[in-house]
Amino acid sequence: MRHIISLLMENESGALSRVAGLFSARAYNIESLTVAPTEDATLSRMTIVTRGSTDVIEQITKQLNKLIDVVKVQDLTDGSHIEREMMLVKVRAVGDQREEMKRLTDIFRGRILDVSDKTYTIELTGPGSKLDAFLAAVDPSNILETVRTGASGIGRGDRIMKI
Amino acid sequence: MELTGAEIVVSCLRDEGVKHLFGYPGGAVLNIYDEIYKQTAFKHILVRHEQAAVHAADAYARATGQVGVAIVTSGPGATNAVTGIATAYMDSIPMVVISGQVPTPAIGQDAFQEVDMVGITRPCVKHNFLVRDVRDLAATIKKAFYIAATGRPGPVVVDIPKDVTQHRCHYDYPLSVSMRSYNPTSKGHSGQIKKAAQMLLEAKRPMIYTGGGVVLGNAAAQVIELVRLLGYPTTSTLMGLGGYPSPDPLFLGMLGMHGTIEANMAMQHCDVLLAVGARFDDRVIGNPKHFAKEARRIIHIDVDPSSISKRVRVDVPIVGDVAQVLDEVIKLLHADATQPDTQSLQAWWAQIELWRAQDCLKYDRTAAVIKPQFVIEKLYEVTQGDAYVTSDVGQHQMWAAQYYQFDKPRRWINSGGLGTMGFGLPAAMGVQLAFPDAMVACVTGEGSIQMNIQELSTCKEWNLPLKVILLNNGYLGMVRQWQEFFYEERYAESYMNSLPDFVKLAEAYGHVGITIDKPEDVEPALRDAFGKYKDRLVFLNFLTDPRENVFPMIPAGKGLSEMILL
Repeated sequence: MRHIISLLMENESGALSRVAGLFSARAYNIESLTVAPTEDATLSRMTIVTRGSTDVIEQITKQLNKLIDVVKVQDLTDGSHIEREMMLVKVRAVGDQREEMKRLTDIFRGRILDVSDKTYTIELTGPGSKLDAFLAAVDPSNILETVRTGASGIGRGDRIMKI
Repeated sequence: MELTGAEIVVSCLRDEGVKHLFGYPGGAVLNIYDEIYKQTAFKHILVRHEQAAVHAADAYARATGQVGVAIVTSGPGATNAVTGIATAYMDSIPMVVISGQVPTPAIGQDAFQEVDMVGITRPCVKHNFLVRDVRDLAATIKKAFYIAATGRPGPVVVDIPKDVTQHRCHYDYPLSVSMRSYNPTSKGHSGQIKKAAQMLLEAKRPMIYTGGGVVLGNAAAQVIELVRLLGYPTTSTLMGLGGYPSPDPLFLGMLGMHGTIEANMAMQHCDVLLAVGARFDDRVIGNPKHFAKEARRIIHIDVDPSSISKRVRVDVPIVGDVAQVLDEVIKLLHADATQPDTQSLQAWWAQIELWRAQDCLKYDRTAAVIKPQFVIEKLYEVTQGDAYVTSDVGQHQMWAAQYYQFDKPRRWINSGGLGTMGFGLPAAMGVQLAFPDAMVACVTGEGSIQMNIQELSTCKEWNLPLKVILLNNGYLGMVRQWQEFFYEERYAESYMNSLPDFVKLAEAYGHVGITIDKPEDVEPALRDAFGKYKDRLVFLNFLTDPRENVFPMIPAGKGLSEMILL
């Protein structure tokens, strides 16, 4: 099953490689990983999307907790949560396609960030499935380049991860 | 007062109470060595290869319970240390390794003797640090000792660039450490402990399975009390030997790949299993699917939550310091009026005695050649079970584990997790330095001993009177055994031709060497080694049966009840 694991860790050099190294060394699946400092500059917040059986996910959480730099670990999928991912996609936009691409962007609540006479660069935010749906709606030959951030997640309501 | 980084390193070690530092100098640590030269608080033991420094520090920690400390230079010094660090990591040994690093401006420039030590060791340390600022040095070293020794212990590397050892700052060794990201649990959950006590009393076919955590967690006294209170059968992993006295009838011997029938069968067929500081690894339970075929309830006490339910699902997990948790369990058992089910327990013991009666550790005692098992038995007799026994890795290691009846913790020192050949001799050095008057025996094979034989020179320098018990069968015995059983006797590269004359070799290093080739000479040679040559290193070259195998044996991937017997 797919799980979103959120963690807070000391914002030390090499912290990211400890997490990435753990996943490769123990052959855990890693679908995406995002990391950036939090409002407290000494802490980094990381969101990891992974897949595994209940046993594997339990081990992943325990192993993450075991890393000395990790302050807190939470499996967001244990409760209700919000997840968002951002994608920048450059598409071919010439002739009739320009209008159609604009419409499609609006339907997906995206924004066109940059325009050239042959291309649009579109920003889209949402759960990964929405970004997938957008890409599926575009003729593959018109997709020139995509870049995705991987998911960031946060618990809903009063569910707060803080130290 | 302002000190240089090098002075700070030495002051920290002194203030940490370090008495022995194992190491090897080199460019990046010269400032530190200059300060080592000037101080008298601790001794520095110059090894002949960095791997040996780390093994010696590791064994020092295993034998004493204190944090072992080693120091190596950057680059090749650091990489040579890696096997030692990984060895300590796999067996959860508290250790601090200081490595030199190229000066900070040179880091990343592919400088002379530069390696990314923090990167290389990341997967085999409990934690590591690169100290970029001299002002962080003392606090980092304090943290390193704290992390190494607390929770589930492990090695910590502190990588110190050369310029940091020159920079100056105020020195103040912190008295304590507090880390928001690291707070190991020591007290077990009281509800779970209650459940555990209850479950133990309900057992009809109980089994107590103890591991290295009992030794590391200083819980041998609690294990003994618990086992004797309940009268339940007990086994131990390779790493836990000595945690419960081996000669005791409640002890079924070691379990696992080369464990006894009675231990493995009782493990497989029990209905309540108490696991203490053990981790159900592949050499212990074999195939977890096979293990799971029999229904049993499992209580697992371990200081490391990630060891629980990793390979085997458990019913009552208890995270905490094993000694503290066992104290609580014992307290509850004393308070509880419920008695174990005597009738079931008697039937269970009767079954166990039937398994035990198969005498799975028997071997041919009439042979004209020296049987390796016989050497270990005689070693046990001659030392009256009171020696520290280190070993390398292979058949000799298993025979030492099976036939030396360890009855105290911290006496059996071997590389269980990583299985590092070359561990034994430097380990024996570390132990002998910690306990100069103790009997120390390094049980080894001719393959393993050659992996760190240069340390005979260090032993000479420090006049370490340890005894090398070489079970010389001319083969990489365990490899040969697997080739005999599983590769249709194709002995690919397991025979070592052109072995050195070990007697001359020992003599060349300034020690006593003796070759023994007849069974009747075994005991006299051992008596000489520990008597006449008490104060000398004696290298005993026992020429043993080249075809002898270690039994019982569970083939890799098989289950506990699928043993190959003699």
